[in-house]
Amino acid sequence: MSTTVEAAWAALEDLADPEIPVISLRDLGILRDVRQGADGLEVVITPTYSGCPAMSQIEDDVKATLLAKGIAARVVTQLAPAWTTDWMSEAGKAKLHAYGIAPPHQTPAGSNVVRFISRPAKAETVPCPRCGSGNTVESSHFGSTACKALYKCLDCQEPFDYFKPY
Amino acid sequence: MSAAIDYLLHLADNALVLGQRNAEWCGHGPILEEDIALSNVSLDLIGQARLLYQLVATLKGGNTTEDRLAYFRDSGDFRNYTLLELPHHGPLSGYAQSSMDYGTTIVRNFLYSALMALLWEALENSANTDLAAIAAKSLKEVRYHLRHSRDWLVRLGDGTDESHARVQASLDHLFPYTQEFWAQSPAEAAAVAAGVGVDLLTLKADWDGIVDAALAEATLQRPVVEGYVTEGKKGLHSEHLGFLLAEMQSLARAHPNGNW
Repeated sequence: MSTTVEAAWAALEDLADPEIPVISLRDLGILRDVRQGADGLEVVITPTYSGCPAMSQIEDDVKATLLAKGIAARVVTQLAPAWTTDWMSEAGKAKLHAYGIAPPHQTPAGSNVVRFISRPAKAETVPCPRCGSGNTVESSHFGSTACKALYKCLDCQEPFDYFKPY
Repeated sequence: MSAAIDYLLHLADNALVLGQRNAEWCGHGPILEEDIALSNVSLDLIGQARLLYQLVATLKGGNTTEDRLAYFRDSGDFRNYTLLELPHHGPLSGYAQSSMDYGTTIVRNFLYSALMALLWEALENSANTDLAAIAAKSLKEVRYHLRHSRDWLVRLGDGTDESHARVQASLDHLFPYTQEFWAQSPAEAAAVAAGVGVDLLTLKADWDGIVDAALAEATLQRPVVEGYVTEGKKGLHSEHLGFLLAEMQSLARAHPNGNW
């Protein structure tokens, strides 16, 4: 690995997500690669949701962070393979939990649509990030951003966000 | 090449027009959670439209951009299903101008999401690898859209007498427009022949299965459809699309080449 690539990784290591600033882009799995391209250094990022308004901000943040270290780079957006919450690091999930957002469960195997919409008899448990109780209920499929659902703890009464498996 | 472009525009226009329609609930939702939910669905749809328009712009080259495709084409150039451009008022919601009926919104989103969940899944194998990548992302999103609209369909259908009657009327009103799904257009035929697109008739049995199961749970009657088949995907639209585009495009057209 060339020194420029290493320096770029080091500079981007702690770059935070603009929407959830407790977690880094690397922890989220958005930062996919730093490589030497034909026209110079390339940073590969992958979009989360198609319409996520944070994506252009992320691109700007990556460029600005590298420029501050004197590194010029091009940001390449790569769609395939599609981003999944399974790429989120364990450290990242712990940080989300500490911040009050329930981290995502493992995505169900396969993409079968019919199986996805027919809910299992007993829905999966999303533990409350505040008190840890599993006695929680979904109040809305869509929370403050597209990537989250809104939940409520029936024991401590705390409303909280759940990062949806994607 | 041209087969791919026409097909991609059809997919993109579907997403943009429904995204714009759903966004009309922003600030007007029946409850706060649904206001947020519909805005989130819109964000996903407009995001999908952007990816598809960007791909079309790359294929067309020249000075084509995603904004040019979204804001500087007129209704005759749009290739979306007529179903998606209709206003939110159902037959029981009074005056067209003043009323938005949430049941109508839910039924429309359910019928379309059920189709797109199957279509995006099938398009993961498209010969156009860029389209396949967009399909893989969109599939993850549309499954949540489908689950959301299906849950509300059941809640309204199997709810009060009033909600049942209204959502049944919305279903009777909108279901005939789904005939357009199954009438293959020349652009679709060309895309299927090129391996880029998917023949929707191969998905119809699965769509019927999703729809019938949900309607049974919602205690709703599936309408018998017959008669005129709309042709929005060939560019022949209802009068409603022009008004939708006028609102959506006016800012960009007032300030062409503006940046914000």
